[in-house]
Amino acid sequence: MPKNDYNWQLKGRVRILREILFWAAGIWLFIYCWNIISARTMWPFVYDGAEQASKLLMRMFPPNWPYFLNLIRPIWDTITIATLGTIAAILLSLFVAFLAAENTSPHPILRQLALLIIVTSRSVSSLIWAIILVIILGPGVLAGIIAISLRSVGFVSKLLYESIEEIDKEQVEAVEATGASKFSTLIYSVVPQVFPSFVGTAVYRWDINIRESTVVGLVGAGGIGLQLNEAILGLKWPDAIIIFMMILSLVLFSELFSAKIRKILI
Amino acid sequence: MLKINNLHKQYPGGDLALEGINLELKKGEIAAVIGPSGAGKSTLIRCINRLVESTAGEIILEDQDINQLSKKELKEKRRKMGMIFQEYALVERLTVMENVLSGRLGYLSFWRAWLRRFPQKDINQAYQLLERLGLKDHLNKRADHLSGGQRQRVGIARALIQNPDLLLVDEPTASLDPKTARQIMRLITEMARERELAALINIHDVLLAREYVSRIIGMRKGKIVFDGSPADLNKETLTTIYGKEDWNNFKNKDQENSASEGGNDLADREKRKLQLAASSSN
Amino acid sequence: MLTERSENYSWQRPHLIKSKNKRIIIYFLVLAYLIFTFISLEIDPQRILLGLSRSQKYFADFFRPDFISRGESIMDGIIESLTMTYVATIFGIIISIPFAFGAAENISPKPIYFLSRAVIVISRSFQEVVIAIFFVVVIGFGPMAGVLTLTFSSIGFLAKLLAEEIEDIDWSQVEAVKATGASWPQLMTYAILPQILPRFIGLAVYRLDINFRASAVIGVVGAGGIGTTLNAAFDRYEFDSASAILIVMIAIVLLGELFSSFIRKKLK
Repeated sequence: MPKNDYNWQLKGRVRILREILFWAAGIWLFIYCWNIISARTMWPFVYDGAEQASKLLMRMFPPNWPYFLNLIRPIWDTITIATLGTIAAILLSLFVAFLAAENTSPHPILRQLALLIIVTSRSVSSLIWAIILVIILGPGVLAGIIAISLRSVGFVSKLLYESIEEIDKEQVEAVEATGASKFSTLIYSVVPQVFPSFVGTAVYRWDINIRESTVVGLVGAGGIGLQLNEAILGLKWPDAIIIFMMILSLVLFSELFSAKIRKILI
Repeated sequence: MLKINNLHKQYPGGDLALEGINLELKKGEIAAVIGPSGAGKSTLIRCINRLVESTAGEIILEDQDINQLSKKELKEKRRKMGMIFQEYALVERLTVMENVLSGRLGYLSFWRAWLRRFPQKDINQAYQLLERLGLKDHLNKRADHLSGGQRQRVGIARALIQNPDLLLVDEPTASLDPKTARQIMRLITEMARERELAALINIHDVLLAREYVSRIIGMRKGKIVFDGSPADLNKETLTTIYGKEDWNNFKNKDQENSASEGGNDLADREKRKLQLAASSSN
Repeated sequence: MLTERSENYSWQRPHLIKSKNKRIIIYFLVLAYLIFTFISLEIDPQRILLGLSRSQKYFADFFRPDFISRGESIMDGIIESLTMTYVATIFGIIISIPFAFGAAENISPKPIYFLSRAVIVISRSFQEVVIAIFFVVVIGFGPMAGVLTLTFSSIGFLAKLLAEEIEDIDWSQVEAVKATGASWPQLMTYAILPQILPRFIGLAVYRLDINFRASAVIGVVGAGGIGTTLNAAFDRYEFDSASAILIVMIAIVLLGELFSSFIRKKLK
């Protein structure tokens, strides 16, 4: 029998070398970035941070419980901003996603346009949209609603057009083969197929939007952020803790609620 | 009623799927298309209702060349062609009834389709079809809750409610167990005969084809290499269609098969015929 | 042909909500909510018209992005944002791992489980800006507050999703490796990590993307990054510079998306 050693290695020498290089580059980049940040940091303040934080927490107690009553309207507004903003985004995204999905888009140029809308909307946070809209529309809930919906259009459209692209082509062909018009084909074969993921996305986005709409008020676009801004600028910490608690319970409530809705609809 | 002249199909990648298909189908004639996978059976059927666009040739259905039709005319023509798919192609999240009624969409305005407002006549017909196909108790079930055989029955009902002249059937039994496959094949051929529909049935199961259909078309590599009655299928012809293989046992087995099960089938068929006669005399 | 029967069948699409009364009540409640909120919006058409006419000039500026006149501070802000993003994501990854194991129901003892879940809930409930306000108050303006903010919100995100991944681990694979007599580190590298690592890398890259976008907003409250530059541009009504900043951001997000889809493809 010939003596023959087989050569098996999962990671060859070149690959090991490449991995070492990759990790070294990552660590070097980390140190480099850290130095930039460190140079721009007032370290004494940071060392002092823990003490400041504990002082801050102390000043929050006892919480100003009656302040809760002043928050009912802002919380209502926050929910309104999230809900109407999500609804507006959903309506818009039906259209945008239809243009953006490769298999339903009527024209490649329209598809590129839709993709541009999606990436623009996704790249710019709702707070920035809110700043712009407050300048245009003046402070108020309306600016918040539009800001939230502009931010959400991209998110909902992206997930929706991806699920449109994944549909079973045969089901569409089958309805098409009956001689159905384009619209009928859409409602009978595309819509039922994307419905579950669409509902999931919409409810999920609503859940995120509750969180987002707690801050648009900071720039004047309505909701509980306005009160938060006042409390912090006025150093009214006993009020601030009530606001934090309200935000926390609002978000938890919305998470439970959206999980429930998803269960019912899908 | 259907006449195909010199049909070619070349896919964008350069694959030649159909190469000069000539075929004629008379009213009420049922033909099975057999052949190895990749022979172009599916493409042929899809070219007829233009789910796939052929590259050259004519498809003349009722004196009109389908390839020359405008989009609107094509839609009207498609209403007259029912199609049955291998994987059923039901819209899975819709109910059985909606799936069947979707066969009538070609006749419905957009708004009625959206609101599911189907004419009473269509609903009656859907009920009768589903009753006949043994799905009466599943009307409001979602299609994805049905078994394979049940789904294919819904597929048949969807094709038949179109009141088509031509039935295009693509591997109706490939995803089914042998018993259900026979039932489905029998239903399709029976229903087509009752209504005097021409039908083109793609099927890879030669035994099933031979049993239920009187005309067999053999395809290989995009060409028709056999066209005749089941009796003409022998060692040589099978070799031209599928290539070399020991075909001797094949035939014998088949005969045993039909001998052992055929009796039952025949009795069934007789019963149905009687029922039919009774119902049509009402 | 089938015979025509004289009796008519009736069919209606089954409704989502079976009981008719319940359905009407729900429709009514939804409609009432929408009407009520519309009324509570208090839209002031005059203010909007005024704003629109005033903002025409701004809009014109938006379509003439100016990369030059504030070029230096834009460049500086972008670099700061990128460094904040990278550092915070790395910190987030490192810190989130113990929390993820703590929050995985199947391997963690109850007290640790609840503690980890509590941290995750708090981290996920507050929008980055709210957290940033807190850190700015505590340690002052600058990118360090931003790094802490992004790290804190990354922890909740990564730990929650990683915990779900750990809960879904296929234990038969672990047992198979254990049966060969493997030690604990071997068990980790051969049975557990291969199951969770690909998804975790995907999540980390996704979080990198989120952190960059967030780094642009937390600057609005003083936590450093491009947001500070952007906010300054808005304050000075320099919409041409603001537009330039937004364009740069969109470009970077696009690049990031290309990068992450490249990574995801490699992982497959």
